[in-house]
Amino acid sequence: MAVIDFANPTRFLKLANRLLPWLAVATVLTFAYGLNGALHAPDDYQQGATVKIMFLHVPSAWLGMFGWMLMSVAALGTLVWRHPLADVAGKAAAPIGAAFTLLCLVTGSLWGRPMWGTYWVWDARLTSVLVLFLLYLGVLALYWTAEEPGRGARAAAILTLVGAVNIPIIKFSVDWWNTLHQPASVFRMGGSSIDPSILHPLFAMAIAFTLLFVTLHLAAMRNEILRRRVRAMRLIQAQGLASA
Amino acid sequence: MRLQAENVACSRGGREIFAGLSFSVHDGEALMVTGRNGAGKSSLLRTIVGLVRLTEGEIRLEGGRAEASVAEQSHFVGHDDAIKPALSVRENLVFWTRYLGGAADVIAALEAVELAPLAALPAAYLSAGQKRRLSLARLVAIKRPLWLLDEPTTALDSVAQQRFSVLMQAHLRDGGLIVAAAHGPAGLEKPRELRLGPP
Amino acid sequence: MKSFAALLMRDVRLAVRVGGGALMGAMFFLIVVVMTPFAVGPNLRLLGLIGPAILWLGGELATLLALDRLFATDHEDGSLDLIRTGEIPLELAVAAKAVAHWLTTCLPLVVISPLLGLMLNVEARALGWVALTLLAGTPALTFIGLVGAALAVALRRGGLLLAILVLPLTIPVLIFGVAAANAAIAGPAPFGPPFTILCALSLASVVLGPVAAAAALRYAME
Repeated sequence: MAVIDFANPTRFLKLANRLLPWLAVATVLTFAYGLNGALHAPDDYQQGATVKIMFLHVPSAWLGMFGWMLMSVAALGTLVWRHPLADVAGKAAAPIGAAFTLLCLVTGSLWGRPMWGTYWVWDARLTSVLVLFLLYLGVLALYWTAEEPGRGARAAAILTLVGAVNIPIIKFSVDWWNTLHQPASVFRMGGSSIDPSILHPLFAMAIAFTLLFVTLHLAAMRNEILRRRVRAMRLIQAQGLASA
Repeated sequence: MRLQAENVACSRGGREIFAGLSFSVHDGEALMVTGRNGAGKSSLLRTIVGLVRLTEGEIRLEGGRAEASVAEQSHFVGHDDAIKPALSVRENLVFWTRYLGGAADVIAALEAVELAPLAALPAAYLSAGQKRRLSLARLVAIKRPLWLLDEPTTALDSVAQQRFSVLMQAHLRDGGLIVAAAHGPAGLEKPRELRLGPP
Repeated sequence: MKSFAALLMRDVRLAVRVGGGALMGAMFFLIVVVMTPFAVGPNLRLLGLIGPAILWLGGELATLLALDRLFATDHEDGSLDLIRTGEIPLELAVAAKAVAHWLTTCLPLVVISPLLGLMLNVEARALGWVALTLLAGTPALTFIGLVGAALAVALRRGGLLLAILVLPLTIPVLIFGVAAANAAIAGPAPFGPPFTILCALSLASVVLGPVAAAAALRYAME
């Protein structure tokens, strides 16, 4: 079957229903493996056990950005090819991406407490993620406000692409702003090479998070398609009564 | 019960819309207000219900509840339907019945305007005619003696118009009063006519 | 009372259902607060000092800008005409809408304010007190803003006009709100007096706001 075949919503629904249980199982198994590895990973000699927050923090940051990339591709699909599934994909990805971004912020803030002695520091990296979260909120607000799904689609696609162009600029500006103001007192993770005993479970967690994202996204797309069908059927019901 | 208007005048933005207008409507009686566009039909209805202030004269509803204003004893149907698209058909009607007077048989009222099967749908899905019918359902659900109707049948098809004229006749038989602004007969049998217009 | 409750419930339901309306104010609040450090720099000591002021300004702007369409939608779809044929005076109906607005817009602001305070390095033990000042002061903002929202309907304008009309009127609320919040954080001035005045301002606005707003609406509908 060619990829284009899945672009048909009905066929997509069938495929999604068949794939979802397997994806769910794969997600749970990978999480079990990754968490087990994470728990047995050695503590950091400076940070102690708190370093384990990294196993949640880093993958969620990655998926927060991945979500926006996915939405940008979907936005191109909406604007250029005007594909109905593209909008569904974009809309379904927005709350999930926002949730992972929020998770990244929360874990970052919890990690920051023992590191910085305070829950929040306007550290360049965390602040960039916060701005990404705000961008997500904007897209969500746009979807919520649009009364018809089709209308919100193009508006959100445009906003998503503008955001995608802006994200590197924002990242650069925040870095510049931060170095301008802040003495380099902030903890940095880079520098030393990461030990394989940590790297290995981190990869496993990254895969687990990605699988979770894909599972949730597929389920959300399915729900969105069904929601639109319910809407269409109700419209037909209302019209049918008028003509009767 | 009697709606009594004596020497009523109204002006908006310095322009006199009508003046020296006197009329009365008894229970079981309908008054049809006619006139060309801009003759002040809508303004007269809004004046009766108290949305627009009189510049002169007096409007009373005699024989009703003494302590209640004309507005509290009237159903006003304006150009807009006062329907929230985000609420369901039933929620829209339930809100207005609760707000305007209390307990009411909402489903029976929806049946009277043939919207009962759509009760659970968001009002956003309704056509213009269906929205108008939903708006009219509150006249059935909450009993108020005076109906003030500003071109109530504009969006309605002929079937719905007929049905509404049946509702209006029933209201008149129950001793209700109707003042309607309309271009055509508006489904009223032998209404009295009040012609507004430039003198 | 039944009419009051019905209108209140409808507005709450609409705010929750239409376009995440209830969350928009909180989002705006979050964004205003996040923007501030970009302007003044990420110095935590400085942020901690001006934190209550930022929270109050953000909360005030969020409350007022969300008020913009409070009467406009009801005016446009004819609901306002029918509201006036109800058995409660327009003043009470207006108050019901204001209470609904406070519940759906201001209460979320109060709830997230400790979190935002944390980000601005407001002292942890004072976060609750700062939230309390917002809880006590936002009714004043809502009920003063109500008058602006009604006037905006009368003049068929919205947005900035509302802010221009209303912001000067809310200066006392801002003064005593920030004073109370600062007293809770740093002292040495006691928390009680400015907080009591703040409560008084709210109570007075709750009484006077609807009367003025109803008058403006009556004029708007003629």
